[in-house]
Amino acid sequence: MYIIIVGGGRVGYYLARALLDEGHEILILEKSPAVCEAVNDELGSICYRGDGCETATLAQVGTGRADMLIAVTGEDEDNLVSCQVAKHKFKVPRTIARIRNPRNEVLFKRLGIDVTISSTNVILERIAEEVPTHPLIHLHEIRDKGLEIVEVKIPRDAGTIGKALRDIALPPGTILTLIVRRAQKPIVPVPGTTLMADDQIIAVTDPESEQALRKALRGA
Amino acid sequence: MKVIIMGCGRVGARLAGLLDAAGHNVTVLDTDSYSFRRLAAGFKGKALVGNGIDEEVLKRAGIEHADAFFALTQGDNRNIMASQIARHLYGVKRVVCRIYDPLRQELYQNLGLEAISPTIIFADILAKKLENP
Repeated sequence: MYIIIVGGGRVGYYLARALLDEGHEILILEKSPAVCEAVNDELGSICYRGDGCETATLAQVGTGRADMLIAVTGEDEDNLVSCQVAKHKFKVPRTIARIRNPRNEVLFKRLGIDVTISSTNVILERIAEEVPTHPLIHLHEIRDKGLEIVEVKIPRDAGTIGKALRDIALPPGTILTLIVRRAQKPIVPVPGTTLMADDQIIAVTDPESEQALRKALRGA
Repeated sequence: MKVIIMGCGRVGARLAGLLDAAGHNVTVLDTDSYSFRRLAAGFKGKALVGNGIDEEVLKRAGIEHADAFFALTQGDNRNIMASQIARHLYGVKRVVCRIYDPLRQELYQNLGLEAISPTIIFADILAKKLENP
């Protein structure tokens, strides 16, 4: 996906990094030359200097072919306008705005912004959910124990479909707690449970085992 | 009529004076109370400190009963956002929004805001000066 991020501050930077890791095409729009340079030093030339609210700038970076625009500057009004210009002028299918004042959520929704995220903390998790290909969603962090609760979706082409859980080697310390299966009540996994396409598996794991868990459950 | 003016710069203060003199009930909003020095000596309306993109501030200014709203701060985006709150959340009948950027002005005009770009107007005036001195 081609994703444009408006604002190269801390949120924009880490968001770009996470989305780059997932293999997306990322462009950051940032007004400040110094911030722009710092981002380019770290991530390669992905930061373009310019005002993400300006139609001309958005045209220059090919907003017309963008799949998503995410506005994460520190100002609610700038994020609103950026998303509205993207939506109405360039027909970007999905726009996401960071908001600082939670009360703006209602207004932004009414004004056509698809998703609003009202705190820096939740921004990465929520955006991960908005990326349909995202394999693993962080649901909760148990910080003092070094554990986290995550959700892994089983895609329709996963090599593990039909396999019983007893035949799947999970990383040590990881526990599957629940399987949410389409049109059924959630089930508690037992060794004999077999995986099905579209299963959503809720697991407790540690951050280092995330990748291994994902691979074990999805077979790739 | 009950009128709210957001932004007490030169234009906002002057407009406030004109409307006040014409007998309207005027409330002026600005984030900096120092701006209110620009209001005319005999100004009978209200001057409120606060940011017009904050709904609470707009409510205090009486947005629920306002007949007209003018967004005249230096920030295009702030004007746009406040105008949309006035128009779409509170249904204020007459909302006028200053947008310096001609491209943004065109876009929001198309989206149903009454948007005025001083940039376009002033450049036109200057160009005409050259044509007919």
